[in-house]
Amino acid sequence: MPNHFIRFAETNLVMKKKVKGLCGIFLFVLFSIACEKTMPILIEENELLDGPIEGLSTEEQVQFLKGDEFFNDDIFTIEKGLGPIFNAVSCASCHAGDGKGHPFIRFTRFGQSDTISGNQFLNFGGPQLQNRAIPGYEPEQLPANAAFTNLLAPAVTGLGFLDAVSDADVIALADPNDADGDGISGRPHWNYIPNYVQLRPNSISQNGQYITRFGKKGAAYDLLHQTSGAYNQDMGITSLFEPIDTYSGLEFDPEVASQTVHDVVFYLKTLKAPLRRDEGAPDVMAGEQLFSQIKCASCHTPTLQTGFSSIDVLSYKEFYPFTDLLLHDMGSGLDDGYTEGKALSSEWKTPALWGLGLSKDAQGGNYFLLHDGRATSIEDAILFHGGEAEQSKINYTLLSDIQKGQLIKFLESL
Amino acid sequence: MKIFSYYEHKIILLSLIFFVGLNLQAQKLDSPILRTAKDTSREKMSMDAVYNRPFLKMGNSPLAVGGYLEANSLYTSENGISEGLSFEARLFTIFMSASITKRIKFLSELEFENGTKEIAIEFAAMDVSFHPMLNFRGGVMMNPIGAFNQNHDGPIWEFVERPTMANQLLPATWSNAGFGLYGKTNKGNWIIGYEAYLTNGFDNSIIDNEEGKTFLLATKDNPDRFASNNSGNPLLTGKIAIKNRNVGELGLSYMGGIYNNFEDGGLTLDNKRRLHVFALDFNTTINTMGTYIVGEYTFIMVDVPLTYTQQYGNKQQGFFIDLVQPIIRRKILDWEKASLNIAARLDYVDWNLGTFKETNTNIGDDLWAITPSIGFRPSSQTVFRLNYRYQWQKDILSNPPTRTAAWLFGFSTYF
Ligand code: HEC
Ligand code: HEC
Repeated sequence: MPNHFIRFAETNLVMKKKVKGLCGIFLFVLFSIACEKTMPILIEENELLDGPIEGLSTEEQVQFLKGDEFFNDDIFTIEKGLGPIFNAVSCASCHAGDGKGHPFIRFTRFGQSDTISGNQFLNFGGPQLQNRAIPGYEPEQLPANAAFTNLLAPAVTGLGFLDAVSDADVIALADPNDADGDGISGRPHWNYIPNYVQLRPNSISQNGQYITRFGKKGAAYDLLHQTSGAYNQDMGITSLFEPIDTYSGLEFDPEVASQTVHDVVFYLKTLKAPLRRDEGAPDVMAGEQLFSQIKCASCHTPTLQTGFSSIDVLSYKEFYPFTDLLLHDMGSGLDDGYTEGKALSSEWKTPALWGLGLSKDAQGGNYFLLHDGRATSIEDAILFHGGEAEQSKINYTLLSDIQKGQLIKFLESL
Repeated sequence: MKIFSYYEHKIILLSLIFFVGLNLQAQKLDSPILRTAKDTSREKMSMDAVYNRPFLKMGNSPLAVGGYLEANSLYTSENGISEGLSFEARLFTIFMSASITKRIKFLSELEFENGTKEIAIEFAAMDVSFHPMLNFRGGVMMNPIGAFNQNHDGPIWEFVERPTMANQLLPATWSNAGFGLYGKTNKGNWIIGYEAYLTNGFDNSIIDNEEGKTFLLATKDNPDRFASNNSGNPLLTGKIAIKNRNVGELGLSYMGGIYNNFEDGGLTLDNKRRLHVFALDFNTTINTMGTYIVGEYTFIMVDVPLTYTQQYGNKQQGFFIDLVQPIIRRKILDWEKASLNIAARLDYVDWNLGTFKETNTNIGDDLWAITPSIGFRPSSQTVFRLNYRYQWQKDILSNPPTRTAAWLFGFSTYF
């Protein structure tokens, strides 16, 4: 019984002088520290991946906060419609702190190996392997002879900027036939799109197909497409947009409100682009030079512009994502034999490199890079490059140790 | 813990007001109200906490009432972003006890948390004594897991916050409908006591909740838990405590059973899944200095389906330890037995023990906090507390911790 105060009253204790002195010091310290001083220091904006773009209107901030709540704190339970088969219980389970994912929550897609015959395993649970199930249910098993790949969540920062790049600009970056002969081609992902998406301004189509740009293979048209797919495939949550339940294959009532999905999309659009650190340091600047010199920048395009956007702060802005939003053949090492849409199994969309230096802080202190997290350091990731990036990788290996260090420092400053 | 509907709230409130009114009436007309102090004798153990509280007793009436009130203000900041200053009327608890006959007594405890947001019957049980070693208890009772759960009255403690282990890992205050036995015996300086109860228990929400982690507390949101047992199997809670008058008290407790609803209408829905909770509690006073030390450790094992997500851990642990040092004890102003204590608490909770299968790295989801405190007690029944809490909380991946600091000031008093 913690009746210390009463016990004390009875023991009639005479405090030792020393102890009283110590206690006095303790009290003094406690009181002399002002309130603000005792609060944790503010983390610098450029050390954090999450947070809104500066300059949003108050209405926009309200919607950002709503979306933030849904993305980060809306945890699905059985009652709210989770599963019955799923991969994770919330967006933030895989995109912690808006950053890249962790191998423990990586998922598998399977069943499609070329661009013509489509997914052959749709009746066997394809394309996504829901490897978790609510109690009482069995999760899916990977069919023995299915082509598959493992996918690790990418960071979701700055996506509004990438979304607002015009189709014309994406096409301008492409060099499908390697006309300039640098060994690097790169092509937009022309793909069919679901009927619920809204075309972006001045969108361009080719034989009924559009340029899709989200996801590791760039198979999703926009953030609504990606988000409704995530609710449906990753968590087993049906929506007006993606109403088919992954377990039964039947159409269900929406388990998430359309407004919620739109709020999440808005949140993703208005997440800030990661800010750089140590931009001006000599090593970093030297690294930036090398990045262009050895042709990394031929795919990881440093600068892009947005076109018109209904969100003011996204309209006609220059930004620095280090991606061209194009598909590149990355060689046999990164070819898992599985593909999506009209991409080849060896093709991957160039990932944005912004925020790369902060990825560890969202991945439990380690790097897990590339589409499946197989690379555990930046250098590792570079050495896995092949195909169109083969020459660039060789260029890297020919750099001196100092130069390699500079290049890595530059990448860490992103 | 919303166990009453809106209208039931109103009715309870009205009847309470009525009851208190009557009480005051009685006070005026009859004999003066007698205040029975807490029994601080060294015979008492943690298990006696429910009855060992200050009560107001009216004349010869077998009825005694009591309660406590707790109100705080707090100023918090998370990762350097201030959450501002807020005030909360956190707890208002009323207890009422009655000796029905010499060997039968009744006690109830009703708690209002954050205004009328949460109203809970924490305790409403009848005790029948056959022998000091053999007493029967039935009704709604606090499960004797650890010591804090049964011994949670605000005014006892030097800290505004309850120990994190006790109310974020264990679901303090955790009470359930059930019955069981308890008893106590002593010899020389030694006292030994036991408790063993069967009660309603947990449900599937402990691994299916909006916290996204194995969370025993989630069961408290189930409005039916006093009316029926979700799993159809009772929860066993047992405790053995031993106390030496010169050394201190040590308690060992266990709580466990099937938590999930594995069948319905004769149909099997799932495997039977169990949980096991072990707790160790102790308290002692170092006589030379008057330093009081109290602490508790708990280890939890939950059978989580292997095909479920690792986000819901199958092992958890946590502890807290309080050091309380009285420094002044004398008449201050008009208060005869006023005292000033300094104290410090260390909190630790890990909601998900173990390593990720994929990377063999540590699963985070843990919390550390340190809370120094200054407490002023005008009398033993009332405490004014100033706490400063600094907390580090890691997400499941062990990313850099969220740092939260808070200044808390408040009072807690029996009445
Ligand atoms: C089980 C883990 C998981 C969950 C849960 C999850 N994601 Fe993802 N996310 C991924 C993976 C893996 C990818 C890459 C997928 C692909 O290539 O199609 C991805 C890709 C994305 C992208 C594309 C980013 C880009 O740069 O192309 C967005 C946007 C996104 N997720 C948003 C969400 C939202 C919103 C939710 C919640 C509704 C969510 N995710 C839930 C794992 C997850
Ligand atoms: C031919 C285009 C191309 C070139 C040239 C290229 N990359 Fe990449 N890079 C990619 C693609 C595509 C991926 C994604 C591959 C995957 O996920 O399997 C990638 C992935 C990466 C990643 C991992 C990013 C992440 O988020 O996981 C890093 C780091 C990187 N590249 C750095 C470089 C550097 C440094 C160079 C120059 C030495 C370079 N890249 C050259 C196309 C290219």
